[in-house]
Amino acid sequence: MAFIDYYEALGISKNASPDDIKKAYRKLARKHHPDLNPNDKEAHKKFQQINEANEVLSDPDKKKKYDQYGKDWQHADQFEQAKQQSGRSQHSYAGGQGGAGFEEDDFSSFFSSMFGDGGGRGRQAKYKGQDYNAELKLGLRDAYTTQQQTLTVNGKNVRITIPAGVENGQVIKLKGYGAPGVNGGPAGDLYITFIINTDAKMKRTGNDLFMDTEIDLYAAVLGGETTIETMSGKLKLKINPGTQNGTQVRLKSKGFPVYKKEGQFGDLYVIFTVKLPVNLTEQQKELFNQLAALNK
Amino acid sequence: MESNELVPVSNFCIYHKIEFSFIASLQQYGLVDITTIEQEDYFSEVQLDAVEKFVRLHYELDINLEGIEAIAHLLDKMKHIQARNTRLQNRLSRYENETGDY
Repeated sequence: MAFIDYYEALGISKNASPDDIKKAYRKLARKHHPDLNPNDKEAHKKFQQINEANEVLSDPDKKKKYDQYGKDWQHADQFEQAKQQSGRSQHSYAGGQGGAGFEEDDFSSFFSSMFGDGGGRGRQAKYKGQDYNAELKLGLRDAYTTQQQTLTVNGKNVRITIPAGVENGQVIKLKGYGAPGVNGGPAGDLYITFIINTDAKMKRTGNDLFMDTEIDLYAAVLGGETTIETMSGKLKLKINPGTQNGTQVRLKSKGFPVYKKEGQFGDLYVIFTVKLPVNLTEQQKELFNQLAALNK
Repeated sequence: MESNELVPVSNFCIYHKIEFSFIASLQQYGLVDITTIEQEDYFSEVQLDAVEKFVRLHYELDINLEGIEAIAHLLDKMKHIQARNTRLQNRLSRYENETGDY
């Protein structure tokens, strides 16, 4: 991760007093705290940064090293030793802008080197770890039944039960499956957003399902029967004589299961599409002509 | 902080190193429901997340109880709006898909 300028992160100058640092931190923490910005990855990231900045700048010893060596703070002791050995003393580093050079992590390596071993002086506030966000894609038919799935999150296997009826965009929280807490604080949470893919045959609105089914002209005019494929199996459906194109039939409780309400289902709406005959034979044309003549 | 149904307030306070008076204040503001069984106070496990959040807001961010009450109300409102937004988006996508078929 790129070097974080702690002064910039807190929006203060290098001459800021401890009181200014505290005030700036409080103000920004209130703005970006994960509890006040649920599901906001940017806010969480920003909060980690200002937290890290505060931990360093509010400690006089760490602040001094940071001011002197900037991004190379972690090597401060080595520099000091080298200076003493070589007798050179001009080599100093300004804090602030800088390139990368740290390990890839959500925290800068500063932070882990400073706080990872629980070192540091004075009271360190406990903070909840970062929340993780993940997406899980399911087909509409998968979401129809309760599913057991195992996810791998940061090397940890998490077995989850997805109740039938989960909705597209719905988020569930798995407490404690986020990043470990800072200074002994509680671990963050894992938020899983469900992405329910659309189905070629069924459309879902809430707990109701909609499907189109084709019937031929003769069944539409004279009545008859058709078999439809619902989520729970095949179903025979009566077609009333004189059924118009676009007629909608409601099949109660044949829709989608209601989330976490066992035995409750939405409705299934079947929309009839009347298929007109094409490539008529001469005889069929003649019969249609007769029908047309009868209606004149 | 594991419990099947009820969380003893005294255990919660020890675990989080907070005063009982804070939980009592939350109750006064209607932010937590306390049940007393044989002189021991409990709140239900379903409230645990929320109470821990209130603790963080108060002790980490110095937000007073009036502020916590306002935040709790707004977060609740935000949650409902987000859920409504999701439902509406799902309904809208149904019509968008249909339009795309033609």
